[in-house]
Amino acid sequence: MNTRASLRRSAKPRRPDPTRAARHRCRRGEVNGVTFRTFIVTLSVGHEHLLSYRPCNIKTGAVYLSRQEIMKWNGWGYSDSRFLFNKKGQAEFTGKRYRLSGLILPSLKDWFEGTFGANLQHKSPATPTVNLSAVAPPNLNEPFIEDLKAAGVAASHDPEDRVFRAHGHCLHEIFALREGRIGRVPDMVVWPSCHSDVEKIVELACKHNVCLIPYGGGTSVSSALECPHEETRSIVSLDTSQMNRILWIDEKNLTAHVEAGIIGQDLERQLNEHGYCTGHEPDSMEFSSLGGWVATRASGMKKNIYGNIEDLVVHIKMVTPRGVIEKSCLGPRMSTGPDIHHFILGSEGTLGVVTEVTMKIRPIPEYQKYGSVVFPNFQQGVACLREVARQRCAPASIRLMDNEQFQFGHALKPQVSSIFMSFLDGLKKFYITKFKGFDPHHLCVATLLFEGDRGKVLQHEKQVYDIAAKFGGLAAGEDNGQRGYMLTFVIAYLRDLGMDYYVIGESFETSVPWDRVLDLCRNVKERIVRECKERGVQFPPLSTCRVTQTYDAGACVYFYFAFNYRGLSDPVHVYEQVEHAAREEILANGGSLSHHHGVGKLRKEWMKESVSGVGLGMLKSVKEYVDPQNIFGNRNLL
Amino acid sequence: MLKKRDDFEDILEERRRSSDLRYALRCYTPTLYRGLVPCKASMLKSIVLQSDHLQYVIKQVSSESGESTEGVSEEASLILDEMAHCLQLSTIRFFAFTLSKAFKRLFRSVCVNEEGIQRLQQAVQEHPVVLLPSHRSYMDFLMMSYLLYTYDLPLPVIAAGMDFMSMKFVGEMLRMSGAFFIRRSFGGDKLYWAVFSEYVKTMLRNGYAPIEFFLEGTRSRTCKSLTPKTGLLNIVMEPFFKGELFDVNLVPVSISYERILEESLYARELLGIPKPKESTSGLLKARRVLSEDYGSMYVYFGHPVSVRSLAEGKINRSQYNLLPRYIPQKPSADTHEFLSDAAFRLVRIQEENMVLKPWVLIATLLLQNPDGLDLSSLAEQTDWLRHLALAFGAFLDWPDHEACSEVVSCSLALHRHLLSVSAGHVQLSVTDVPQVETTPEEAVFHQAVVVLSCASYRNQILHVFLRPALLAMAMQSANSNRKDDVYNGFNFLRKVFSNEFILCPGDSVQDFEEACYLLMKRGVLQVLEHEIVMSASGHSTLAFLSSVLDPFLQGYQVVCRYLCEETNENLTEKEFIPAVRSFALKLILAGNTCYEALSSDLQKNALAAFLRLKAVRKLCLFTFLFLCHTGGKIPTQKPILARL
Repeated sequence: MNTRASLRRSAKPRRPDPTRAARHRCRRGEVNGVTFRTFIVTLSVGHEHLLSYRPCNIKTGAVYLSRQEIMKWNGWGYSDSRFLFNKKGQAEFTGKRYRLSGLILPSLKDWFEGTFGANLQHKSPATPTVNLSAVAPPNLNEPFIEDLKAAGVAASHDPEDRVFRAHGHCLHEIFALREGRIGRVPDMVVWPSCHSDVEKIVELACKHNVCLIPYGGGTSVSSALECPHEETRSIVSLDTSQMNRILWIDEKNLTAHVEAGIIGQDLERQLNEHGYCTGHEPDSMEFSSLGGWVATRASGMKKNIYGNIEDLVVHIKMVTPRGVIEKSCLGPRMSTGPDIHHFILGSEGTLGVVTEVTMKIRPIPEYQKYGSVVFPNFQQGVACLREVARQRCAPASIRLMDNEQFQFGHALKPQVSSIFMSFLDGLKKFYITKFKGFDPHHLCVATLLFEGDRGKVLQHEKQVYDIAAKFGGLAAGEDNGQRGYMLTFVIAYLRDLGMDYYVIGESFETSVPWDRVLDLCRNVKERIVRECKERGVQFPPLSTCRVTQTYDAGACVYFYFAFNYRGLSDPVHVYEQVEHAAREEILANGGSLSHHHGVGKLRKEWMKESVSGVGLGMLKSVKEYVDPQNIFGNRNLL
Repeated sequence: MLKKRDDFEDILEERRRSSDLRYALRCYTPTLYRGLVPCKASMLKSIVLQSDHLQYVIKQVSSESGESTEGVSEEASLILDEMAHCLQLSTIRFFAFTLSKAFKRLFRSVCVNEEGIQRLQQAVQEHPVVLLPSHRSYMDFLMMSYLLYTYDLPLPVIAAGMDFMSMKFVGEMLRMSGAFFIRRSFGGDKLYWAVFSEYVKTMLRNGYAPIEFFLEGTRSRTCKSLTPKTGLLNIVMEPFFKGELFDVNLVPVSISYERILEESLYARELLGIPKPKESTSGLLKARRVLSEDYGSMYVYFGHPVSVRSLAEGKINRSQYNLLPRYIPQKPSADTHEFLSDAAFRLVRIQEENMVLKPWVLIATLLLQNPDGLDLSSLAEQTDWLRHLALAFGAFLDWPDHEACSEVVSCSLALHRHLLSVSAGHVQLSVTDVPQVETTPEEAVFHQAVVVLSCASYRNQILHVFLRPALLAMAMQSANSNRKDDVYNGFNFLRKVFSNEFILCPGDSVQDFEEACYLLMKRGVLQVLEHEIVMSASGHSTLAFLSSVLDPFLQGYQVVCRYLCEETNENLTEKEFIPAVRSFALKLILAGNTCYEALSSDLQKNALAAFLRLKAVRKLCLFTFLFLCHTGGKIPTQKPILARL
């Protein structure tokens, strides 16, 4: 299977060549083999599948009908990939999917114990398997099921299927699963395989008054997938995973028409086979879906070149209880009143199901190069990013980690293979801290990713490094840059490791004008530390941030926050209180409610304050018109 | 009720034992703020001048006035030069030496609460600190810097009035010891305000030094706390409101004197004998002061108050989100209310932590007995009052294991210049004035100096008795025992006296309940559901309490009478004080004993109160007053006039 890491085997020229395509075909075969086995296994477990009309022609894709077979049911990502401390007490990352897979990380233990005051002796293991008896029996709407059967749409009320689609990846959701606690779950799962299937489902849902919750990649971190407790109707999870085909590619206009259930990495890989890419790479792209991106206003790491999702979409088709909403042409821009796409983008599944999207595509860039810059302190780093944004010369990606995160990144350095390498590392460290006088407790690092044709990349690189030098930045090599981006993909796995040892944590984000970036970062980090202390957290928390996107008028800031919860009776509650306080602090410092995670149910309480009463009223009246029965009743956003 | 108070340490003890010179030259390594941005005083100026805020205002002023931006910038730079301090350690060392000598001569001891110092040390490291001392004497800020030097704390920069700067040499010395000078009034001057606020904020944001200023704005001549000003408080809070600082620690400091250096000076000033202009020669003449005994001095560093926790739930900081932060914004109505409330609270903390000496009790009793008291009965009553004060939470420094009569005679000795003691009889009286050829008017003034000096000691304990005393007075004048009647009277008195005493606006119910609680606990009152009843034994306490406020009531009545009887015409504000003074003088010569009505402070407060209560109307800014309804036609005025 092609994964994130192999997609990015850095710094090599990437040309669409015939051998590449052949390689992919070959992989596809393997993939098919795997899925087939998975399917068999599901059947052999022998659940009663009265309602299972699962299609047999399973399509290629990273995520399949029964996702739980290759993915964790109570943690992040693939079942075979996880961090653990081996018998020698060394950290390692299992599996074969990532660059880090199979490697020993010698300094992680010390960092982990030192940062959190955690101890490998104190374990807090998760319940190993789903306790299916804890799942409430489904509240089925029989007439709806009858009609659905007649329409030939795949469906299931298998408890495992239902539990898997009842949550996103908020801390409280995963924590409860690890403890074996299961709350309200959907009563049933349906798998439409195309736009017209969705139309049928929505029509039947309206007819029988059933609540629909669209489910894409399941990577939500806003409680968006949680079933509302007050919902009394039958809740049906509408899993879009089977709508995962690229329907056409238009090389003249550089657009592709894609079904919305496609998972990010599949979309990218399949386009790559034709020599194209979308360039949309949110950190969750291994698992998140196109429809989910549209529904939450997703942002990709390389938005500086390709744009965020709202810049990438040309046409959206969405099925609502009122019917299908779409534009009549593929014109690149239009002046036809408020853009109806903006009712859909960020609607978080409250209005309907996005079924098909026409997206911009680009030829695969010829050349990619990572880079990194070390700054003496965070202030200088932010000043540099601001200057880069002012000159509008940001590389595909530019991110600035603070000191804590820099040290965190260091803890993830794999064992060095040769004495020479370790000598070289020592020398680098000596140069930066002793010769250049950077304080290791203040320095911070920016990671860079350049893309384009070779000549231009090198030129661009020089321009950025020149700016960095004006702010005291020192080029710190490609390797550091690449490790920085890797951190993004493995950090979610790291949370699972933490949770095995009484450490819980989460990330959250905001966007903020340039002049407030520093103040906001400092105040929010400090607020977290203070709130933890006041709420009886025994050890100082990890409270760290990075600037992950630059815009003309501001930046996106991403926070990580984790703490050791030993001695707390209700750690999740403490966690939620602290996160709540942190969000209050963000808003008080001129930050937005969310840059790309969305509102869901987690941040609903601040919506009115964020968009004004009139704004909220406008959104509500749209909902009222489009979905008067509240069929799309996940109660997000409004 | 009695809180556990911190222990005090006498810092002069060490000074008397070791070399002052070595002390002045010792290694000074203050604890520093962890977010400190190191910068020199000279750099500070350029940071301020180049700040976005000041640049913005300069452009604005220049476009409004038509002057070139260079011209306005130049002006800003001059303002800054006039204002800025240039804190130098060497000057501090000089002061450390000379002040050690001076303090040792003036005071028996200078007592500081060590725990407060430790708390301050902690606070200084965490967040920028603002020191808010009470202001009773010129000594205050010299002492503050001296103490911080002694305890290895960062030296403060102090907002001082411009009047000091006119003192040759001394002004510059103060500047070098961290004082920066601000004009007394610059209301409309945008540029001045911008330079000033940016200067203070820059120092705060960079953690340059603790900022010190006096909430009361000026020295209190009466030893009562003054109604706080909120301008500077707003400036030091704004960096928090705008998210530029995570928090700011406000540290109220209460400085009290057993005997105030400026004692008779203040009394004379209140009586209209003009205050000598601050001048170096004046200071040298004041050397005489050095030869007298001023007893002990107390400095209590209160708990740091976090602006963040003060503002929690009261200030919505996102109101600053939509305007670039360098553009000055007038504080919103909410913010105004918050600032005033915070300022009052801080002053009340100052009051509560003010150390009181036995003499303030004695002074209270002597003022209530103008004909004097026998020593034995004075001792007895002082003891009674001591217990009452302690029950009301007074921070009384009463010597342990000493007979009450002993304590009383010690206090009398220290303040003998205000008293005459003969044959065991104590009376307030003029002592050091030659008895030759004084006109009756002069005699009144001499006596008034004594009374007002003595009153300044009684005033120190007023905050302890204030609320119960208002209640006692309200009960006397109320028509019934009904709780709401009494409350109405209480509320009215509270309104009348809110310029006179520290009464947080909006706290009237709380104050009423506090007063009821204290008196109930003392067994003076019984508070039933709808009624308030005096206990059999409560009479003496109530009588004492209401007579505590009597001089003020009398004073207000005098002002009232003057307004009713003497003027029907418009009156200019300038004429008001001399006119009331001569009116009061006439009354005293006719046998009335309302000496405190001669105090210009009381007269001003009364006028302000009548203006606020709309019994008097201001006709035109600064010039005319038109008096309406002076005949008590306003129903709320009845209680006052009823007692005339």
